[in-house]
Amino acid sequence: MQLIPCPWCGERAEPEFVCGGEPVARPPLSVDDAGWADYLYLRTNTKGVHREVWCHAGGCGQWFVLTRDTVTHAVHGSAAP
Amino acid sequence: MTAIRLPAGGAIDRAAPIHFTWQGRRLTGYAGDTLASALLANGVRVVARSYRLHRPRGLWGAGAEEPNAVVDVTTDEGGGITAHDPNARATLVGLRPGLAARAVNAWPCLHFDATAAIDLLHPFLAAGFYYKTFFPPHWPFWERRIRAVAGLGRVREEADRRNFETRHAHCDVLVIGAGPAGLAAARAAAAAGLGVLLVDDNPEPGGSLQWRAGSVEGATGAAWAAAALDGAANVTWLANTTAFGAYDHGSFGLIERRDAAASGWARERLWLVRARHAVLATGAIERPLVFPDNDRPGVMSADAVLRYLRRWGVRAGRRVLVATTNDSAYEVAAALAEAGCEVVLADARPAAPAVAAAAAERGVHVRAGMVVCGTAGRMGVRTAELAPADAPDGPRERLAVDLVAVAGGWSPTVHLHCHAGGALRWDAARLAFLPTAAMPGMQLAGTVAGAWTLADCLADGHRAGVAAAHALGRSVAIAAPHAAAEPEAAPPRAVWQLGGLPGRQWVDFHNDVTTTEIRTAAAENYAAVEHLKRYTTLGMAADQGRTSNVNGIAVLAAETGRGIAETGTTRFRPPYTPVSFGALAGLRHGATFVPLRHLPAHDCHRAAGAEFRDYGGWNRPACYPRRGESTAQAIRREAAAVRAGVGLFDGSSLGKIEVDGADAVRFLDLMYFTPLAGLKPGRLRYAILLRETGIVFDDGIVGRLAPDRFLLSPSSSHTAGVLWLLEQWRQTEYPSLAVACHDVTAHWATLTLTGPKARAVLARLATDIDLTDAALPHMAMAAGRLEGVPCRLARASFTGEASYEVSVPAGYAAALWQRLREAGAGFGITPFGIEALSVLRAEKGYILIGADTDGTTMPADLGLPEPSAKRTAAFVGRRSLATPDARRPDRRQFVGLLPDDPAFVPAVGSHAVVREQDGKMRSIGWITTACHSPVLGRSIALGMIAGGRALAEAGATVELFHLGATSRAVVTRPCFVDPAGEKLHA
Repeated sequence: MQLIPCPWCGERAEPEFVCGGEPVARPPLSVDDAGWADYLYLRTNTKGVHREVWCHAGGCGQWFVLTRDTVTHAVHGSAAP
Repeated sequence: MTAIRLPAGGAIDRAAPIHFTWQGRRLTGYAGDTLASALLANGVRVVARSYRLHRPRGLWGAGAEEPNAVVDVTTDEGGGITAHDPNARATLVGLRPGLAARAVNAWPCLHFDATAAIDLLHPFLAAGFYYKTFFPPHWPFWERRIRAVAGLGRVREEADRRNFETRHAHCDVLVIGAGPAGLAAARAAAAAGLGVLLVDDNPEPGGSLQWRAGSVEGATGAAWAAAALDGAANVTWLANTTAFGAYDHGSFGLIERRDAAASGWARERLWLVRARHAVLATGAIERPLVFPDNDRPGVMSADAVLRYLRRWGVRAGRRVLVATTNDSAYEVAAALAEAGCEVVLADARPAAPAVAAAAAERGVHVRAGMVVCGTAGRMGVRTAELAPADAPDGPRERLAVDLVAVAGGWSPTVHLHCHAGGALRWDAARLAFLPTAAMPGMQLAGTVAGAWTLADCLADGHRAGVAAAHALGRSVAIAAPHAAAEPEAAPPRAVWQLGGLPGRQWVDFHNDVTTTEIRTAAAENYAAVEHLKRYTTLGMAADQGRTSNVNGIAVLAAETGRGIAETGTTRFRPPYTPVSFGALAGLRHGATFVPLRHLPAHDCHRAAGAEFRDYGGWNRPACYPRRGESTAQAIRREAAAVRAGVGLFDGSSLGKIEVDGADAVRFLDLMYFTPLAGLKPGRLRYAILLRETGIVFDDGIVGRLAPDRFLLSPSSSHTAGVLWLLEQWRQTEYPSLAVACHDVTAHWATLTLTGPKARAVLARLATDIDLTDAALPHMAMAAGRLEGVPCRLARASFTGEASYEVSVPAGYAAALWQRLREAGAGFGITPFGIEALSVLRAEKGYILIGADTDGTTMPADLGLPEPSAKRTAAFVGRRSLATPDARRPDRRQFVGLLPDDPAFVPAVGSHAVVREQDGKMRSIGWITTACHSPVLGRSIALGMIAGGRALAEAGATVELFHLGATSRAVVTRPCFVDPAGEKLHA
């Protein structure tokens, strides 16, 4: 059970949070089918230091960006999006 | 009967006998016994049949390391609760009055197990036999037979009524293991003023000090351990507690075994601990020696023999062979000799070590350079054979013995270190895998860190406690506890197996894995340890490699011509010991599994005779059966009454999300598939919300309360999800918009009047809202007062009849219910539940998200128009509606179906099929809703069928298929009642 630093509430236990995965930039409507499919489904699946969006769903309800290591689970910090 | 209880000694209360049964036989133990020590004291040798080969097995160990003694235990928990544990380990079961224990995996009885004939088949049950032998089509035949004899223990049909609870705890320092190192660490951390949680799987602190010699600070080890934490108020001591897993960021899982009848409520407690720092002082576990027939009852861990002797006053045999590769067995041999045993000690090392002299003085016959190379005896050891360690196939010497105490060396209990991601290295001098370095936030203390003597363990424990304190910014003022230095131990000898001998040599008792299986696996190129483990089940299940890991790796290393270091070890994963499902579930079962929500007028519904069911987290009226009426009859009566007169429905659970702010309309236009920019204040619109994949996520009514204020009504079970989706997009994609979303579902109660007489009933209540069709037409809303109470009226309909959704503050729900029933009495007002509503909405073809739609349904599939080219908003999911998949011509479309047989209601999930040219059936879709329609007097259905709209236009008939039965139905447009919608405006 990880300790996740919410930028507003401080460190809280993982069950209070929901992980939204890797942040992806939304392409415009004019993007081609392959580009849209990449946006919907393709992620880097990074091994190592990784940026993710998390939501403190069981607390303040705010989304934020968390940087953590997917191998060691070390947390390197969080910030508002 | 060779094992006996000694007249004195041990931490048991001889004045408090406890009666229990084993295999139905009445036996007696004492307070302080475990089931294992009591069985041993009663001379019980065979406690189990092995998992795979049904070999008779006795006790090997005395604690968490026990691989053999898996037993079925029945206990009286008090309060009329009888508890069954189908696979408890006897060494961890505290003896209690009336406890009934039985062997598992033996039929018809333990001493004559008919299934033991399986052992004769062992050549065919070699490594990977599952994968080699049983293929289709024969597998289903064999599977039934294998399942019948496999497994340990039989789960009872009835629910486990024992109590379990979960505790969350935070501490500064968690010390795992209360042996000398753990106690020294806890003592140091406590002296620094830190809050310490000290846990151990034994009933009292001290660890090996309870049964090994040695003095600390001038007192006996046991006496020092008992007093070590006296006066330390900031130490919490958890006895009988096993730390079974180390998880992320200082979190640990502990399982506390409690005697429910004697002390408190819960049988077991799951502790979820968050520690700022942890000290692993988990000690070491003695390894078996691998030699032919080493699994015979009466072959025990030497350390466990000593523990039974000193801790419980049980002498496990009389004529004893102690076989060792290291110094630690000499104390065991000497203690047994003092207790009156004839003891021969075979030391595999060529020269007797320094400690041999003291043992010999006590009458132990020390035989240096000898190994045990075999045992005999039908249900337990009667003889054992010795051979020269350097020539195990050389001349043999037979000894008449009833106990073989083996000391195969020590494996540090590194499991928790590995759970945390820690690495191991092979220490060729100590013959053990040791941690390379402690993980962040952890200290390793004592034997697990390579400290092998009592003095070293105390010093290392103190060091670990000081280091934990330093890590938390504290210092320690006390000195380490002192023990006299011991003479240098002679190095151990590695004897991993005895080559060149006939007979099977067991490596893993729990999973019945022998050296032969490991050799076979290696020969078949399962030469990596992780492959070996999975192919042979070595170190799996309840054993978790505690006794078998290192020996198995050593045999594999020899077979593959590698060193042990090069071969490496499997990755240990939680749990260290089995944890019961009951403990993991805690209170989350039955009525306390999830909180169930009640409607604000719940008591009114109960008074009205409602039959309640759970719908998406809400406990709601399904229907209101009258006396003598069946559920189905009630549903038909209620649905018919709505069409003919007026019905009253509690829709309070329907979601209510308010979206406020200057940019509310812009935000909703970016979220919803349905355009909402043109919605006028006071009006409602049916709106669809998509996922970004273009799949329909929810539908509902959106009302505009004011230019900058909207009210959304998502499906009852979707409200949280819709709010979640809106919030996610608002925060992450559109943070600059001035808009706020909040869930006001619980603030308002909503009662719906629906039917041709709905307005007449409502008109009998005092209100300042104009109810005329001109002022409040279908799909309009108004706010005002009703009977003096703040009220919102919305004319939206899920029945196809003219409807008034009447919302008042939730506290007025019961009053409004009563008032509407009184006002409607003269109109035959009929309360109706969800089931009748489902019939009414099916008659109208109104979709139910998740029932009529699934994870592939797009708006066009439901017959909704494409977004207008003039609309520019890149609303959620818009781009996905233009993908090739969204434009596939054979997409399933929402249709109605009228079965040819009007009395036949097809099952939901029935497939619509077409016949291919070769006569095979191919599914073109399925039925999503089906029911009997009271107003039509026949069955109706809704479904998703490929090319369905064209079939409906053509009036085509399709074949339905369900569980082998076929029927036929005409495809229609998905609306069976009032397709023009005239009744809505009536």
